[in-house]
Amino acid sequence: MVSTIVVNDIHKRYGDVRAVDGVSFEVSSGEFFGILGPNGAGKTTTLEIVEGLRQADRGEVTVFGESPWPRNTALLPRIGVQLQASSFFERLTAREQIRTFASLYGVPAKQADSMLELVGLADKADTRNERLSGGQQQRLSIACALVHGPDLVFLDEPTSGLDPQARRNLWDVLREINAQGRTVVLTTHYLDEAEVLCDRVAIMDEGRILELGPPASLVRGLDAPTRVSVESGLITVDDARELDDGADVADDGVSLTIATRTPAKVLAALADRNALRGLTVRGATLEDVFLQLTGREFRE
Amino acid sequence: MTRLISLAGAIGKGFLRDRTAVFFTILFPLMFLLIFGGIFKDQTIAKSDVLQIGPVPVLDQLPPQAQAELSKVLEVTRTDDRADALEQVRKGDAEAAIEQQGDTVVLHYSAADQVKAGTIRGIVESLVQQGNLAAAGVSTPAISLDTQQVEDESLKTIQYITPGLLGWAVAVGAMFGAALTLVTWRQKKLLRRLRLSPVSTVTVIGARVGVSIGVALVQTAIFIGIALLPYFGLRLSDYWWMAIPLVIAGTLAFMSLGLLAGAWAKTPEAASAIANLIVLPMAFLSGSFFPIDAAPTWLRTLSNVFPLKHLNEAMLDVMVRGEGPVSVLPTIALLLGFAAIVGALAARLFRWDDV
Repeated sequence: MVSTIVVNDIHKRYGDVRAVDGVSFEVSSGEFFGILGPNGAGKTTTLEIVEGLRQADRGEVTVFGESPWPRNTALLPRIGVQLQASSFFERLTAREQIRTFASLYGVPAKQADSMLELVGLADKADTRNERLSGGQQQRLSIACALVHGPDLVFLDEPTSGLDPQARRNLWDVLREINAQGRTVVLTTHYLDEAEVLCDRVAIMDEGRILELGPPASLVRGLDAPTRVSVESGLITVDDARELDDGADVADDGVSLTIATRTPAKVLAALADRNALRGLTVRGATLEDVFLQLTGREFRE
Repeated sequence: MTRLISLAGAIGKGFLRDRTAVFFTILFPLMFLLIFGGIFKDQTIAKSDVLQIGPVPVLDQLPPQAQAELSKVLEVTRTDDRADALEQVRKGDAEAAIEQQGDTVVLHYSAADQVKAGTIRGIVESLVQQGNLAAAGVSTPAISLDTQQVEDESLKTIQYITPGLLGWAVAVGAMFGAALTLVTWRQKKLLRRLRLSPVSTVTVIGARVGVSIGVALVQTAIFIGIALLPYFGLRLSDYWWMAIPLVIAGTLAFMSLGLLAGAWAKTPEAASAIANLIVLPMAFLSGSFFPIDAAPTWLRTLSNVFPLKHLNEAMLDVMVRGEGPVSVLPTIALLLGFAAIVGALAARLFRWDDV
């Protein structure tokens, strides 16, 4: 496989803060790659170095075999960047925005209009960006990043601040972009998002990559217990402990949770006692991986 | 080229849809033109009211022709109530009161309006002199004085305020346009977005400069168009069109100041404050609102650092004083030089990002 991005041991300091402290990874062509971590983990700085917006203090970056720094205008038409903030021209309609961005790349207006359809904004084409909702603005900014048909797309926390419905809609758009054969690099602080979308995930904290791999194998490698929850009051904590020797049981007054390594046995026993009301079964997630790696809860 | 045009189109649309910006760059200065042009419209033939207490032979015995001349500058009203007349002068209802006691003419005036008092005093003094000459039997004076205005006799206030206010309007439009674009684009990370597209910085700056020059030329057309209306009665001299290259050079100079403010400021509010802090004192000291000939020497010397002062002077020269096109070339060079130096300074302070 051809590596679209090669990052080799990059470092970046801001004063005393080591924003990026020895990060290396490769992204293959057509891959959906995620960089996951809490705020301040160094995700954005890493991305900015790869995009060519900042210079690394140390280490090498190549994108399509070329260095993105200093500003490499040969590379820029091949990459699309969606920025964290909604960076638009003021007081222009969605159609005017995307056509302006398209013209910067020499892309005809018709192709720009078709991008609005891809992100489901065709009916908002004449609405000024100030009057678009947060989700619509995010979709417009993704459309602006994609308008010139880049082979490599960078998305910096594309779903932050969106309601759950808007997030799911955006996920569909992102999957569609990747299905077209484009390489996608995404930063996020939502663990579920990385799990759902990414082929591989790099978990970052304090400027370093702690773990890198497909989400499923990261979770499996954790060997974490499965959490089985039912409504409180159906079964006492002591009775629950008897269902599986060594299981960790907790009751928060709303639901009773049994963390077990033999979920089939526990579920059968609960069924026998007719105590399945409000049942949920949850396997380990990236959240557990993060907790395991850092010893602290993942917080935004 | 298409990139430049489409960027300029985006900036231009953004400007036209920003009602506040359109108001402050076009309508607000225009309001000043309407107000000043209206207030001072008849200033050149404003008469002074003078009260005549009882008989004053110096006035009464003037030949009819001289009476008519006098009535062009003084509106003489007769009264017999001396106390009331003095009270009117004190209140400012009349500029002066005149009475004659025997061979002495007494002129009462108020110190509140010294300019008018001085004018009336001069007129009355000359009447007294004439009376003295007549009494001495001199019918043909040895020396006579004839005064004439050097400009076209129709020269009115509008001739002076149009170039000055236009200069101010151009300064406001160019400075605020450059400063606010730079700060808001940086704050909204649009600058960063443009840096990630294959468009050159020259194109981005060129688009902004193009829009600012366009706005300045529209301001010029509207200002001159309105001032030319018969009501205001602006009369342009032959080489008025030299105002166009002047306005363009001035726009570049003010844009460089705006870019400097925008490179330094972090928020649009701060950029506005800095731009205002420069543009208001500059407009006053450059004589945009009223002539500063009466200001202290040091202040007039200080005013030479402002590009607007030189722009205003040069615009007056070509628009109404009838100077030739070559006379303003040094000013154009000076404005372009100012733009280059301040623009280079702004480029040094330039940041793509806040951090």
